[in-house]
Amino acid sequence: MKPGFFVREALRSLSRNAVPSFAAVATILVTVLVLGVFIPVVQATTGAANEVRGRVIADVYLKSRATEADVERVRAIIEDQTPHVGRVVFVSKEQAYREERRRNPEAYDLLGSNPLPDTFRVSPDKPQNIAAMRNALAPLAPAGGRVPVDPAIEEVRNREEDTNKILSATRVVKLTMAGLAVLLVIASILLVANTIRLSLYARRREVEVMKLVGATDWFIRWPFVLEGVIVGAMGGLLAIGFLLVAKIALVDPLAEQFALIAAPETMNFAGLVAVLLLASVAVSAVGSGLSLRRFLRV
Amino acid sequence: MAATERHVRRRADSLPSDDARPAPVLARPSAAGAIIDFDRVVKRYESGDVGLDGVTFAVHPGEFVFVVGASGSGKSTLMRLLIKEHEVTSGTISVAGRTLGEIPRKRVPHYRRNIGMVFQDFKLLPNRTVHDNVAYALQVTGGGRREIRDKVPDILRLTGLSLKLHSLPDQLSGGEQQRVSVARAFVNHPPLLLADEPTGNLDPETSIGIMQLLYRINRTGTTVVVATHDHAMVDRMRRRVIELRDGKVTRDEVAGGYGGAETTREMDALLRGEAFPGPRARRLRHEDDEGE
Repeated sequence: MKPGFFVREALRSLSRNAVPSFAAVATILVTVLVLGVFIPVVQATTGAANEVRGRVIADVYLKSRATEADVERVRAIIEDQTPHVGRVVFVSKEQAYREERRRNPEAYDLLGSNPLPDTFRVSPDKPQNIAAMRNALAPLAPAGGRVPVDPAIEEVRNREEDTNKILSATRVVKLTMAGLAVLLVIASILLVANTIRLSLYARRREVEVMKLVGATDWFIRWPFVLEGVIVGAMGGLLAIGFLLVAKIALVDPLAEQFALIAAPETMNFAGLVAVLLLASVAVSAVGSGLSLRRFLRV
Repeated sequence: MAATERHVRRRADSLPSDDARPAPVLARPSAAGAIIDFDRVVKRYESGDVGLDGVTFAVHPGEFVFVVGASGSGKSTLMRLLIKEHEVTSGTISVAGRTLGEIPRKRVPHYRRNIGMVFQDFKLLPNRTVHDNVAYALQVTGGGRREIRDKVPDILRLTGLSLKLHSLPDQLSGGEQQRVSVARAFVNHPPLLLADEPTGNLDPETSIGIMQLLYRINRTGTTVVVATHDHAMVDRMRRRVIELRDGKVTRDEVAGGYGGAETTREMDALLRGEAFPGPRARRLRHEDDEGE
C-alpha cells in the first residue's frame, strides 16, 4: 500500500528497540554462522565417505601358474556369471610388480623375483553388496573355508576389515552429522522464534493501540515483517562476512593440502551465501509475521 | 442541535419515572435515525460473568450521553461492544444503521475508523511524539503527508497542545496525555466519540479541561458517549445519563435543567460549579439554536 511508510516504520522501530533488535541480529548471526560451517562440513564428509565407499574392492588372486586362457576364463566368470559386479580391473603380475616397486623400491630390489600373482580388482555395484559378490566367487564350503568357483583362482579377498571399518565409520559420521544438524536447526528456529516473540511481547500494547485506532492487520504487520527482513539480512550478511574471512584465512590454505576439504561435491561459496541469506531473511520475516498473529486478536 | 433537543424531550416524556423498571419491557423508543441502538443486548463472558443483561437504549446524532454506574456495572462492556472488541451474546447493536454482528472481522478496522475512542489509560504509542501519535490515526486510514500536515496542527491547536508537538507521551502530564488521546480520537472527525473513564486518572481541575474539550467536540455535531463514575462532573454538566447496575439500565434520564446547547463559556462555568446560568444564558442559548 505504502512501501515507503512501512519501511520508515520498520527502521524507526528498529532504532527505538535497539537492544532486542541487536539480540535478534546476534541470534540470526550465530545460527547462520553455524549453518554456514555445518553445510560444507557435512557435504565434505559425505563426499569423502562416498569416495571411500567407491574404493571398496574384492581382490581375486589367481594362482601363480595361471595361463592366459585361465585369466580369460576367470574374467568371463567374473564379468558374466557373478551378480553385483561393478567394475573389473585386471592387474597382471608385471603391472602389480611395477606398482609395488614404485612404492617401495628397496624391498623389491632385495626380493629379486616377482612374488605377486595376477589379480582382478572387482568392485561391487554397491558397497554393501560386496559380501554377496564374494560369496558368489568363492562360496563357503561345508567343511569350512572357501572354495573358489574356478580352479585357477587362488583366493578371493575383500579386505573385509578395511571395508567394514570404512563403512561403519562413514555411517557413524553421517548419522552424527545428521543428528547434530537436526538439533541445530531446531535450536535455531526456537531461538529465532523466541527472540521475535520477546520483542513483540514488549510491543503488544503498541499493537493493541494500533488495532483500536483502526489499523488493519496487514497495516500493523508489514512494518514488523520488514523489520524481520532487515534483521535477517543484517544477521545473515554479518555471518557471511565472518565465513568469508574464515574461508580466506583458514580453509583455502588448508584446501591445498587436504583433498577432503576440496571435495568436488561441496557447494560453491556463492551458492552457500545465497542459501544462507535467503534462509535467514525468510525465517525472521515469516517468524515475525506469524508471531504477531497472537497479538492481533484484539 | 435543535432536532436533538426535540428528540431528547420526547424521550424524556416517554420514559416512565420509575427507576426500578426492568429494562427488557421498556417500550422501544423509535430507533430511526439513531446513531447507537442497543436492542436487548446481553453479554455473558466465558467466565460466566454477566457484562450486560438486556440493555436497550438509543442515542441520536449530536447527543452527549453519560453512562454511569459502579465498577463492574457493565460500562466498559458497553464500550467494548461498541468498538466490536467483544461480540454480544444476544440482542443487536446498531451503529449508524449498521448491525455490528454483521460486520465481518476483516472490516472491523474500517468500522473503528468511524469511531473516536478515548481511554482511561490514554493508550498512546509510547515511542512516538505527540504529533506522530495523532498522525498515526490518519496514516492508518491511508492519509498522506499533506493530510497530516493539514489536520494534525489544527487538532493540536484545538486541544491546546501546539507547544508539545515533539514531546513524547511520558514527558507529558496526565491531562496532556489525555488531550493527545482526544486529539487522536477526533482527528478523523468521526461521527461518534466514545470515552471510557476519560477522567479516571486525572485530578478534578484537569478533568474539567478534558470535559470542556469533549463538550467542544460535541458542539461540532459529534455524538459523544462518556462512561464515568465521576458524579460531580455528571451533575454539573446536566446531560443525558444512562445508569447501569449489574448489567441492567436502571436510569435513563435527562438531568434537571437539561440544555442542548450551552456555549462553551457557559459549560465552563457549569463545570466549575459557578453560578447557575440564569435566564439570560438560556436566552442566549436559544439564540444559538436559531443561529444554527
